Amino acid sequence: MSLYSIAFYFFALVIIVSSVNVVLTKNIIHSAISLFIALFGIAGIYVLLYADFIAVTQIMVYIGGILILLIFGIMLTTKITNLELTTKNLNIIPSIIFVTVMTVMIMLIIRSTQWKVVNNPSGVNETIGLIGNALLNEYLLPFEVASVVLLVALIGAAMYARKEKTK
Amino acid sequence: MMEVGLYHFLFLGAILFGLGLFALISRRNAILVLMGIELILNACNINLIAFSRYGGLGVDGQVISIFVIILAVAEAAVALGIILNLYNNFSTVDVDEIDSMKE
Repeated sequence: MSLYSIAFYFFALVIIVSSVNVVLTKNIIHSAISLFIALFGIAGIYVLLYADFIAVTQIMVYIGGILILLIFGIMLTTKITNLELTTKNLNIIPSIIFVTVMTVMIMLIIRSTQWKVVNNPSGVNETIGLIGNALLNEYLLPFEVASVVLLVALIGAAMYARKEKTK
Repeated sequence: MMEVGLYHFLFLGAILFGLGLFALISRRNAILVLMGIELILNACNINLIAFSRYGGLGVDGQVISIFVIILAVAEAAVALGIILNLYNNFSTVDVDEIDSMKE
């Protein structure tokens, strides 16, 4: 078993255990911390897939941005002084059945498909230059549209989250 | 245990997708539903990057996963704005109790 496999199984174990904790634990803050660990594991998986830039982006955007935002959301919407930080799961048995069937189905589909695998990626030593070229040549229009989407989402989120004082 | 290949990454993505779907269905707190969505988007990103690595298509999958991350950020910001607004109006973020269009 090579070092690559060991690293993969380690990261996969970390991701799956902490994701199970995210969806099952009662305490919301524990859920957020588990999501933190899972996102780090996913960044490790990206590194294993030769996607160093995406891994760094994952850490900066997800862990530095989205997770902080989520924790702020938790702090602002739960009464911490009343110790109401817990939450319950609903419909556990039906959802476990549904999710298991769904996941097994996806796995069977993956298993039975003949993927065209190229095992030796040609010349992907550094991806940052390639990604920059792709973003400013073929993907220029989606790139600009994404910037507009971000601006609109920023303004929209600020507008929604503001308290209405017109009563 | 065999050597790690494309299947392993796809299976990992499928399991992560299932867990995110479970959070989406069974969680009651709206913020935890949002965390489930983040898990699903990450599963999708793992698939995209695995295909980018093993499909021999260069960095196209990675570029698309950057767009997925951008949309995830926008979605998280807007969704949290909506959740804060819900909390202001209903004093709860429990998705079961929020069942009217107006308070």
